Amino acid sequence: MSTIEAKAGSPKRRLGDLVFANLTRAAGLTILLALAGVAVFLTIEGIPAFTAGPEDLKGASSFVVYVWPLLFGTLLAAALALAIAVPLAIGVALTVSHYAPRRIATLIGYLIDLLAAVPSVVYGLWGGLFLGPKLVPLYEWLADHLSFIPFFAGPASTTGRTILTASIVLAIMVLPIVTAISREIFAQTPRLNEEAALALGATRWEMIRLSVFPYARSGIVSAAMLGLGRALGETMAVAMVLSASGVVTFNLISSTNPSTIAANIALTFADATGIQVNALIASGLVLFVITFVVNFAARWIVSRSEVSV
Amino acid sequence: MTTLMDKPSDALDHVSLKHARLPRWAPVLVLVIAFAASGLLALLLGWGPVAIVVVALLIYLVVLPTWSRVVENRRSAVDRFVTALVWVALGLAFVPLVSLLWTVIREGAPVLDAKFFTWSMRNIVGEKGGIYHAIIGTLLITACAAVISVPIGLLTAIYLVEYGAKSRMASSIRFLVDVMTGIPSIVAGLFAYALFVVFFGPGVHMGLGGGVALSLLMIPIVVRSSEEMLKLVPTDLREAAYALGVPKWKTIVKVVLPTALAGIITGVTLAIARVIGETAPLLIIAGSTDSTNFNLFKDQMMTLPVFIYYSYTQPGNHPEIARPMAWGAALVLILIVLVLNLLARVLGKIFAPKTGH
Repeated sequence: MSTIEAKAGSPKRRLGDLVFANLTRAAGLTILLALAGVAVFLTIEGIPAFTAGPEDLKGASSFVVYVWPLLFGTLLAAALALAIAVPLAIGVALTVSHYAPRRIATLIGYLIDLLAAVPSVVYGLWGGLFLGPKLVPLYEWLADHLSFIPFFAGPASTTGRTILTASIVLAIMVLPIVTAISREIFAQTPRLNEEAALALGATRWEMIRLSVFPYARSGIVSAAMLGLGRALGETMAVAMVLSASGVVTFNLISSTNPSTIAANIALTFADATGIQVNALIASGLVLFVITFVVNFAARWIVSRSEVSV
Repeated sequence: MTTLMDKPSDALDHVSLKHARLPRWAPVLVLVIAFAASGLLALLLGWGPVAIVVVALLIYLVVLPTWSRVVENRRSAVDRFVTALVWVALGLAFVPLVSLLWTVIREGAPVLDAKFFTWSMRNIVGEKGGIYHAIIGTLLITACAAVISVPIGLLTAIYLVEYGAKSRMASSIRFLVDVMTGIPSIVAGLFAYALFVVFFGPGVHMGLGGGVALSLLMIPIVVRSSEEMLKLVPTDLREAAYALGVPKWKTIVKVVLPTALAGIITGVTLAIARVIGETAPLLIIAGSTDSTNFNLFKDQMMTLPVFIYYSYTQPGNHPEIARPMAWGAALVLILIVLVLNLLARVLGKIFAPKTGH
């Protein structure tokens, strides 16, 4: 837009311009360097863990064996959180964009933003001290009546600090971001498509199914993936809610739960020494790579579709 | 067009163009009946309030579509079902918000007094102390993060809008900044630790590291919001300045930035609100202590989120004292975040460019 002026007119470049332009370019480069720095420094500090023995890895014979249960827990918790959050988020986003009157929709938007503003440590505190105990009766009921489903095999936790509780808290935390992006995209549906559907006699739901959803499909996918990235890396809620024992199990309501990479780092970093620290940093590198790939893919889908977020 | 305006042919005259509809007050009526029925069941079976609401909503979700199916048609029934479902989803989303705020206020408000804000936890065993040291640490570390992030973020935004425009480097920066917003906070903490270990040796703890870690999370937010604001500045303003012979850099500093100032300040305040509650990176690099530490470059530094975390996970021998303090600190933290959010709006209004007439 404004860069053509150098070519067209002024033959000599002013010193001020040169300095300022390079200053801004340097700032941009700093960001790229910082991102590269994250990968480089985590790799440097993480390398010793890849060759470490069982005595430094809590009995695990190699780093892969050490990190696998954590990775499993991370993926399980994030997947559960998404399964809860995405349908809810689409519902809330639809309310805001297509169901609620304008004024109420604005209010709902503020309240959802408020949900995003609450610090994660407060969610952790609430999840551990309030929500967990409240869910115990539900878990006992599930263990009594639905224990033939592997997810609810039981025995039910007596504190409620299970991976299902952690996933519910995670779902609440990723809800705002998924809602915000879905809402933006729903609102951008071409008005003519919607009105055409209504003019043909479609009910509101048929209009949404025929004109809004097809238009928003890639947007919803990327919103869910951004939520996934958030859920994979969220630390405090899991660390404070989950009573983790590092097992690999699909049992969601018992008192022995898989831990997650992020929560494991937060819980054990303060007491770790020597190679253990390197192992934690290396597991952080694994987490970084996974979330980077997920976010990269999500942003790529967004940038490819014509919808702007 | 004209054919549509024509009078409908005689053949259609006797066909009703409307089908039967439920009255407008049907959903309200069904909702009231559902709650009444559920309440009656609750009286008989002794349920709690949660069960009453759940059962009432289930009754509503079944009865209204059924009624609609009978009177209207299948398509309307599905429509009404989905409408109900969407509103239920909204309600479900607000349950945790209300519950969380209510719990934090109920548990946290009683411990807030002068001592809570002016004492640290130094040499305090078995009695209530204060969070002065944590508040100081949070303010210093967040200020440090802002001092690092705002110049870098703002300059990058200027590069993206004014210089880079559509160049390859600008679009890759824009893309990677978006990706960066998704970096887990704990990874930012590990990065700061790995970086500082190289210079200061293993086991390093200092407030500055917390600032670096938080700035990694804050920079992308500042870049994105500032970029949006700079884009809103009309090109006319820039071209008017160029036409007067003003150098480009001076145009940016004197014309573009002041015009976008309100939005930029709002964005920065929101970014601060976003990172001030971060816990995980500070747990790793800033550590925790019971004393007040004003030095960002030396020793461990307590912060509010870390204080909450340790009061909860390691309450020591007196959980009956540590727990309420955790809730109290959580309430203070939420209030700080809310005040920052309000401040962002107010500052945006104050610094809004004066529109000339």
